[in-house]
Amino acid sequence: MNLATNESEVVISMRGCSIQFGKFRAVNRVGFDVYAGEVFGLLGPNGSGKTTLIRALCGLLDFSEGEASVFGLNVRTQSERIRERVGYMSQKFSLYGDLTAQENMDFYCGIYGLSRVQAKQRQSELIELTGLGPYLNRAASKLSGGWKQRLAMVCSLMHRPRLVFLDEPTAGVDPVARRELWDLLFQLASEGITLFVTTHYMDEAERCGRVGYLYLAELLALGTPKELKALPSITPEGSKRWEIRGGVAAEVLAELRKRPGVHEATIFGQAVHALIENDVSLADLQQRGLSLQVAEPNLEDVFVTLARQQATKVGAR
Amino acid sequence: MNLASWQRIRYIAYKEMLHILRDPQTLFFTLFIPIVELFLLGFAINTNVRDMRTVVVDFCNTQESRRLIDQFENSGDFKVVERHQSEQAAYASIVAGRAQVGIVIPEDFSRKIESQQTSPFAVLVDGTVSSVAAESVNVGNALALRASLAQVLKGGELPVEARPRVLFNPDTRSAYFFLPGLMVVMCQMMATILSANAIVREKESGTLEQFYMTPVRRFEVIIGKMIPYVVQTTIEFGLIMLVMTTVFQVPIRGHVALLFALLLPFTLTMLAFGLLISTKADTRDAAGQMAMGTIIPSIFLSGYVFPLDSMPEIFKTISYFIPTTWLIDASRGIILRGTDWSTLWQHATVLWSMAIVATVIAAVRMRKQVV
Repeated sequence: MNLATNESEVVISMRGCSIQFGKFRAVNRVGFDVYAGEVFGLLGPNGSGKTTLIRALCGLLDFSEGEASVFGLNVRTQSERIRERVGYMSQKFSLYGDLTAQENMDFYCGIYGLSRVQAKQRQSELIELTGLGPYLNRAASKLSGGWKQRLAMVCSLMHRPRLVFLDEPTAGVDPVARRELWDLLFQLASEGITLFVTTHYMDEAERCGRVGYLYLAELLALGTPKELKALPSITPEGSKRWEIRGGVAAEVLAELRKRPGVHEATIFGQAVHALIENDVSLADLQQRGLSLQVAEPNLEDVFVTLARQQATKVGAR
Repeated sequence: MNLASWQRIRYIAYKEMLHILRDPQTLFFTLFIPIVELFLLGFAINTNVRDMRTVVVDFCNTQESRRLIDQFENSGDFKVVERHQSEQAAYASIVAGRAQVGIVIPEDFSRKIESQQTSPFAVLVDGTVSSVAAESVNVGNALALRASLAQVLKGGELPVEARPRVLFNPDTRSAYFFLPGLMVVMCQMMATILSANAIVREKESGTLEQFYMTPVRRFEVIIGKMIPYVVQTTIEFGLIMLVMTTVFQVPIRGHVALLFALLLPFTLTMLAFGLLISTKADTRDAAGQMAMGTIIPSIFLSGYVFPLDSMPEIFKTISYFIPTTWLIDASRGIILRGTDWSTLWQHATVLWSMAIVATVIAAVRMRKQVV
């Protein structure tokens, strides 16, 4: 899909931003730009600082150093005006379970300052977009996971935000609902809304226009999925990524892991992926009838490699 | 404050009201428990001493000695439950708890009266319940004094007699003392716990985080959340007052409007306490415990149960800083004595000051709070 990304219009700008909780540094000198209309993915293990970063961008936390702005508004001093313009949907269902879907929508319309007429119009637009119609009078807690997420999304879009933060929006949602939610997200993106998404799912990362990888509070890489896979540090000089098929994958894996010069051996379905130095002889494997093929790294390979390299570097410090 | 602010406050208040109505169990208990408590205190508790179980040992057994025992019984404070022939037996029945007071009349009681000598009789008192002990000693002394005077005057009139008239509570009913205080304490509990839960509940469910991501300001959250609870607390107060006047027949001598006017700053203070608690507590259990931590001292130090006048100076000073003290005093004043504005402006000043200080502190604490 070709999205109307406009690189001349910066929506989020961060320069050397850090967040400190006492002695713990949750975000360390992170800097990047997010452009209007793009689907920006932020990946990273739990506790890497993704949610903290979003909170800080909305002005709920202060950056302890660095400069950040959203829509050109200073995060430190104009956070209220930022919050008027952004939507937020969290990983956890965070609407009022004892209120009906309609009441939740009305509440957020009121909070975002919509008049009754505006609210009615906007609600019918979003109900049509999401198909929430039949569930309006049901208590929010009684909705299924997918519908809860749609309701949460509807509530976060009431005020027509031009930027929406989605913090692990699909955690715990079944695959069908997940696919549908992403279809919705792309529909929003096609309307020029900027989406800032955090996720654990590699297939979701692949859908993003650009992806940043946050690990131990630091931004390790940033780029399109294609750019990230082509990073030289992912497949270092003098080694190749191999896909090995045939035989019992678990046995092949165990055997490979014993050999020096073999890194990051792991199983994908019935095949074993490994990063193997060129001077390691693989002839014996071929003789046993296993098929060997040079493979492209996938995004998971990219993040695992980056994380390992960073962990070694931090450990060495 | 602009239009958007008002709109947000309105929507928060409406949403909070929906929460109250959607949870009929909590609503029922917050309204029902105070009424139960009201009946308990109104009917069951009587701090006045009546019908103390009395054991009599009459060694004398004459007209005079029997008249003395009758006088004890006629006072209404004593009720003879046992008679024994030895002091030891009387003592044993006090130890066993069958009797609280023992009257021992010696063999020479009448003889000494006739020969114009001092004629002593013994009153044994179980001192474990101090009010019983004090009352027995007082009545014993009074009866002896009266008997002595009668003897001296030989049927003449008493030269001086006190005629006590108990104002505002002629029957000295305990309900008069307890119920006006109970209304205040119940409202305190309700306001504190409800408002603490109002925020902590949203913390637990994660809705607060979503909520703070909107342009809503903290003072709008505070005001919006307070409004429905002020209404609920006021209804509660009125309900208790209704039961108090109809079932327990406690007349209201002053202006009810004045009492409600003082209830408002008190409720605001308690709601602000609740919000303060909610900035510290992460679960409703923790919030409940902290709320009880603020409620219990104010029950004991506000004069609700124990009269302030009999407290040591230091506790009396502390009690002036407890909002409950002021509203209980005002409540008793208005309901029982018909106290008016000429005294109550002090209570209003103190309660409003407390309300403003507490709300400001709560607002500042909430702003600093990291979600």
